[in-house]
Amino acid sequence: MAERVVIDPITRIEGHLRIELETANSQITKAWSETTQFRGLETILQGRDPRDAWAFVGRICGVCTSVHAIASINAVENAIGSNPPEQALRIRDIVLGAQEIQDHVIHFYHLHALDFVDVAACIDADPAKAVAFAQSIGSNWKGNNLTRMTAVRDTVKSIVESGQLSVFTNGYWGHPDYRLPPEANLMAVAHYLDALEFQRSMIRIVTVFGGKNPHPNFLVGGMACAIDPNHSESINQVQLDAVQGWINECVDFVTNCYVPDALAIAGVYKDYFDIGAAQPDFLAVGLTGATYAGDPANARVKSVHTEVEPGVVHLDGDKVSVEAFDPAKITEWASSAWYEYAEGDVGLTPDKGETTVKYTGPKPPYTAAPNDGLPWLSDNPEYTWCKAPRYDGYPVQVGPVARILLGYARGHARTKEIVTMAAQKLGITIGQLNSTAGRTLARAAECLLAAELLANESFPTFVANLKGGDIDVFDASKWEPSSWPSQCSGYSFVEVARGNLSHWVTIENGKISRYQCVVPTTWLAGGRDAQGQQGPYEESLAGNGKHPLADPTQPLEPLRTIHSFDPCMSCAVHVLDVDGQEMAEVLT
Amino acid sequence: MSYKLDGWQEPTLGENLARAGVERRDFLKYCGSLAAIFTVAPSLLGAGNEAMADEITGDLIAEKLADVTKPNVVWLQLQECTGCIESALRSGGTTVEEVVLNLLSVNYNEAIMAAAGDAANKALDSTNAEPHILVVNGSIPVKDGGIYCTMGGKSAEQVLRESAENATAILAVGACAVWGSVQGSNPNPTGAVGVDQIIRDKPVINVAGCPPIAEVITATVAYILTHESLPRTDAEGRPLFAYDQRIHDSCPRRPHFDAGQYVRTFDDEGSRSGWCLYEMGCKGPSTFSACPIIQWNLHTSWPIGAGHPCIGCTEKHFYDRFTPFYHALPNVTGLGIEATAETVGWGLLGATVVGVGLHAGATALRHAAAQKKGDEPLEAFGDIPEPAEPVPAGEEPAASGEEA
Repeated sequence: MAERVVIDPITRIEGHLRIELETANSQITKAWSETTQFRGLETILQGRDPRDAWAFVGRICGVCTSVHAIASINAVENAIGSNPPEQALRIRDIVLGAQEIQDHVIHFYHLHALDFVDVAACIDADPAKAVAFAQSIGSNWKGNNLTRMTAVRDTVKSIVESGQLSVFTNGYWGHPDYRLPPEANLMAVAHYLDALEFQRSMIRIVTVFGGKNPHPNFLVGGMACAIDPNHSESINQVQLDAVQGWINECVDFVTNCYVPDALAIAGVYKDYFDIGAAQPDFLAVGLTGATYAGDPANARVKSVHTEVEPGVVHLDGDKVSVEAFDPAKITEWASSAWYEYAEGDVGLTPDKGETTVKYTGPKPPYTAAPNDGLPWLSDNPEYTWCKAPRYDGYPVQVGPVARILLGYARGHARTKEIVTMAAQKLGITIGQLNSTAGRTLARAAECLLAAELLANESFPTFVANLKGGDIDVFDASKWEPSSWPSQCSGYSFVEVARGNLSHWVTIENGKISRYQCVVPTTWLAGGRDAQGQQGPYEESLAGNGKHPLADPTQPLEPLRTIHSFDPCMSCAVHVLDVDGQEMAEVLT
Repeated sequence: MSYKLDGWQEPTLGENLARAGVERRDFLKYCGSLAAIFTVAPSLLGAGNEAMADEITGDLIAEKLADVTKPNVVWLQLQECTGCIESALRSGGTTVEEVVLNLLSVNYNEAIMAAAGDAANKALDSTNAEPHILVVNGSIPVKDGGIYCTMGGKSAEQVLRESAENATAILAVGACAVWGSVQGSNPNPTGAVGVDQIIRDKPVINVAGCPPIAEVITATVAYILTHESLPRTDAEGRPLFAYDQRIHDSCPRRPHFDAGQYVRTFDDEGSRSGWCLYEMGCKGPSTFSACPIIQWNLHTSWPIGAGHPCIGCTEKHFYDRFTPFYHALPNVTGLGIEATAETVGWGLLGATVVGVGLHAGATALRHAAAQKKGDEPLEAFGDIPEPAEPVPAGEEPAASGEEA
């Protein structure tokens, strides 16, 4: 008999997500992905100075901070014809690289690991065995020592015994599907704390160039941070030395801590390579950090591994094929979302997109536990603030797994090498990357690529250019609005931590008249479309009717699968209003 | 009473204080001062004792507090971007590990807590039922019955009200929680407002900024634990320890302002020489924040230090009042004209010229201006009329009826 389950809030994500399920025989048969926050930022942008837009849309998200700002300045530069100098682009590459590494590390340790790691169980661990376990999985991390492991165990012990568990309150400790031995749990908790310290240190790379983090500053036309080896108030050798040190920390942590931990956890939970498959189609414009201002086919501004061309990857079992990417095939549907389109239930391209709020859900509060007598959102055909993007009419996955598969399909040597190493070590096939564990593994593999890119290419290129005397970071020729066409539009694609991000802007008489973002989590968290096709979150939970859920009061298994996508709900929900009147009608 | 916080080693506050050498009579004195500082909710006294709310004494608080173990915390994230908790993760003074594992018991925070769904909601309900510290990130969208942000099926407003009821201290952390920030900007489609526009019967500490500096967030918590009182604030509820000076007053580039050395274009020779960014639109003259002093991310740099003008993110309505961001502030007298509050005096309140050299008395003047109705706004302080009513007529936040 079908049983209804609601998980609200989904925690350890960015923003607000609610999942409603139907289960039978401890397996999920139906799923609804429900985004419960709306902010309307693009509406607020109308009539603003496009040079200010990055500071507004940057606040779409403070976890994947920087990425919306960079997408925005690229889109505006594309529209007004600005040409940011080479060194400004390299600085943005460095910022994006550092951001991605920090984001992936935070996701793995602080948002995802507690799905696999029983914190309370580590109080029974022998610290010496934890050190030995770390060595056995090839972790050469400096924190793997007896003093550290003992201190961490004692800290956790004092917290557990005090009865005040802080952020571990009401966790699913002791759940039979926590499978790590006590020493592995202890090692993981120690690395959880080490990762906090690591991200606090390495994120200073961004602060050097952007002045603060979260939400560093950017500039249409380049960067505001002057670089000059012979000025004390510019970025000079002092900062370069510091940045090099933090980049070394990145390579060390990712290589010696994150990747071995991810491989070890994937090895223990290997059945999750057969759980959580979503649609076998994947979209990416390149590898991690790939950036295009305008259509990738003829973009003036592009960076990071441009030899790996954009593409849509199709998995058929273990057979991988790739087709060329066409931006014109992107549409967004509002079939299951609380918006209405003038033309009815159709798919609209981002440059023609519209959003008029039409809330049809129940008045809050709605149900938070079965049998509380409150309404369910899935009782209605519309149940989310998130639209449903489609490529050529079908749902696709974006994110690290999409980029890893694209690199693999396009023959990128280092990607193939890392994927082959991981697959051999774990005994999995390429087709099994379309899974809960596959997405988590791909993120770790990509983080290694990102650290290597930062250490071996982005930063060395920046320094080499500087050595050659290239210190320009700003194109002043298109700063004044009088230098812009009276009407222009532009867009950009950037491969950011959670997947493919695009921003689309139209400028009239120096002001923004239209702004739209198509965001990774929108691709993934959106609901059903007019054809009834589920979004990737929903498909991963209910695609084959076999996703486990042993105890609905302790929904550990679906949390693993949802977290494998690294949800970012504030990113996912955006509203474009091309016509202020429409918005006013709805809101007054 | 001096009490050095060296971790929470004993089970209860009473025992910890004894361990730290705190005399019972000092403790009672402290609790007497607490009675004046905190509003203790009637429900804290238990059913049938609501009438005692007017008779809260130091003894009563002492009785309640002596049994308290680590302070419990509810750390809400309402309508926002998660940037504030991300900022807290970057704190190097009191680290987030210290806050979460040693100083406090953060029993509810969606971004980092292990539990989800029903288990998370139960953690929230049980913590809300007892005295606790409430930290809020994010704004409250009050339009259309609260449909624009829900968690656990409840509107953000309902969650906030329930969490505030037994809170002994309320910290609104970040521009969203302080006034609505980016989503509260014109035309404010969701009716986003700050915490102190919903919770009016208790003091709310406003830790302003988008996001606030990491160390300012954790230090505000640590301040309360160390000083055993809420921090002193300015008229907008911002702790003076981080918001008593304008950026312009403590800016290392100030001598260039006084000398008339300005960046005229990004990446020009002045930019490479670290000259003043006033002409590039810097809002430092109108922005109260310790950015130049504390700096960001373990003292690595700060916005002006990295060559970008300040956008004024610790000030209310900066997305409307301070935009376009790259336009120079109006009516700022330049070239080193200095004046004190005494020489300019009250005439300033109606004046069209506001000296940025007024740093000595700026804070006091600002407060006076804020309290004096009918005066001309101080443009350079961002005090132009508010661009939009945050709460549309007829859509005042519901006062009750959501507890069912």
